Amino acid sequence: MKVEQISIFIENKTGRLAEVARVLGERKVNIRALSLADTSDFGILRLLVDDTALALTTLKEGGFTVNRTEVVAVEVPDRPGGLCSILQVLDECEINVEYMYAFVERNAGNAVIIFRFDDADNAIKILQQKEVSILSGDKLYSL
Amino acid sequence: MSYNIWDPLHECLDRKDLERLQLERLRATLERVSKVDCYREKFKKSGVKPEDIHSLADIAKLPFTVKDDMRDNYPYGLFAVPMRDVVRIHSSSGTTGKPTVVGYSRKDLNDWTSLVARVMTAAGVGPEDIVHVAFGYGLFTGAFGLHYGAEKIGSAVIPMSGGNTERQLIILKDYGATALVCTPSYALTLADRIEKMGHDPRTYLSLKVGLFGGEPWSEELRRELEQRLNIVATDNYGLSEIVGPGVAGECLARKGMHIFEDHFYPEIIDPDTGEVLPPGEKGELVLTNLVQEAIPLIRYRTRDITRLHYEKCECGRTLVRMDKTMGRSDDMLIIKGVNVFPTQIEEVLFQVEGCEPHYQLVIEREGTLDTLEVQVEVNENIFFDEMRKQRAFVEMIEQRLASNIGLHAKVKLVEPSAIPRHEGKAARIIDKRNK
Repeated sequence: MKVEQISIFIENKTGRLAEVARVLGERKVNIRALSLADTSDFGILRLLVDDTALALTTLKEGGFTVNRTEVVAVEVPDRPGGLCSILQVLDECEINVEYMYAFVERNAGNAVIIFRFDDADNAIKILQQKEVSILSGDKLYSL
Repeated sequence: MSYNIWDPLHECLDRKDLERLQLERLRATLERVSKVDCYREKFKKSGVKPEDIHSLADIAKLPFTVKDDMRDNYPYGLFAVPMRDVVRIHSSSGTTGKPTVVGYSRKDLNDWTSLVARVMTAAGVGPEDIVHVAFGYGLFTGAFGLHYGAEKIGSAVIPMSGGNTERQLIILKDYGATALVCTPSYALTLADRIEKMGHDPRTYLSLKVGLFGGEPWSEELRRELEQRLNIVATDNYGLSEIVGPGVAGECLARKGMHIFEDHFYPEIIDPDTGEVLPPGEKGELVLTNLVQEAIPLIRYRTRDITRLHYEKCECGRTLVRMDKTMGRSDDMLIIKGVNVFPTQIEEVLFQVEGCEPHYQLVIEREGTLDTLEVQVEVNENIFFDEMRKQRAFVEMIEQRLASNIGLHAKVKLVEPSAIPRHEGKAARIIDKRNK
């Protein structure tokens, strides 16, 4: 039930982000979601794409330092309090979140939240027990 | 203008007499170092015997001593006297990984003190002065050298040591120091702080003269210090391997630093060929101890680039004058007064798991203080998806650098191939400080 994410090291200088987008665009890799964490010196760009393997080779060829990581995609209703309900579950079960980001599905009226957990397998088990909707990779990449 | 001279007998010797004294002392020193294994082997290898030295020019036949000789014979291998005759140990600054150790006999300490007394007197310091020493007291020769020299001439010495600028300023002001001993960049820091406190640095303190050393500095910086602090800023030269401060000092004629040739025989060589260059040429300074008992060095390559001037100085001294050092013949950097070799940084990076030694050093001067940035190329092994781990990684390298080179360096991760390849060693170092 885990989803593959690509992390890219980006030096804090002009044009680097555009370069990532350009090489992926040229290979027709479609970005589903992204988040950027940054310091004054560098940033870590995280991407969910429709073709992870192709994106990885493309970025490596482009000279970028990339890592493949596993994250968990959770579906919640796109309405006030939707995010809160899921965070409460995590809090109650003492599941530690490294970072998270979110986007809204186009048609289904749901929001998708991407979580990076300390212990993803345990988190998935608990979320399933609580009947939280977890998206598979295939479903997510084709959203 | 009148010039004070501490030891007119030795500082104003006729050159013929000086050369006679130098040769006599050189031959006595060679006899003493022949007992040191390292020198016995060196002389044997180069096929030269101490008795082959009949004139000062013959010194060119002798092999050089280099910093590696000190490391290879660490800690006491180059000492020419038994430990019962050694009364003080010092060590070179900064290079904590591979320190160089020097020793002093009782006579060496007395000689050193007199040499620094000459420096102080030449700079215009006298018995009525209050001398504030803001070099760090410790293994480094700077503080102790200047301390004893100032005491010798009868000044009142304040052994302040380094750090804590606010406290330094209180003591400087309240105790009425008239002479300041520190690095030139620290003198600028003091001026800045006084201004920040809302005072005029020209009148806030009672300073008349500064003796600045421990790092290279320019004529521009001298003018700035003199204007901002309303002092006479003087230069002096020394290195721990040879004696510490007290090798050469500037007189108030300010036409270079007088090398105390009755104690040290200077040569200028071509750093690439080792050939001795004629007077006035620019090259690497090589020094031979003529008097030192504990650790006399023969033809020690200082790696400092300068020029020598033999014309008599208007101050009355006949001693040769050396220009301010104009750089190094090796890749040693002096950052905040600390000696740093790029190889030390390379070693730290090599020891970090997953780290490749693609690095670049950027040295800048922010305000008055030097900063060192170590740029390290990131790769998959040292790239973490979590910011927390990535930052902890950077901090870990910073800590290791601090404990190995004795200096805080900022570590910056850069993208792979951001650092130019195959361009030789120089490309690794970007020194943006205006010299």
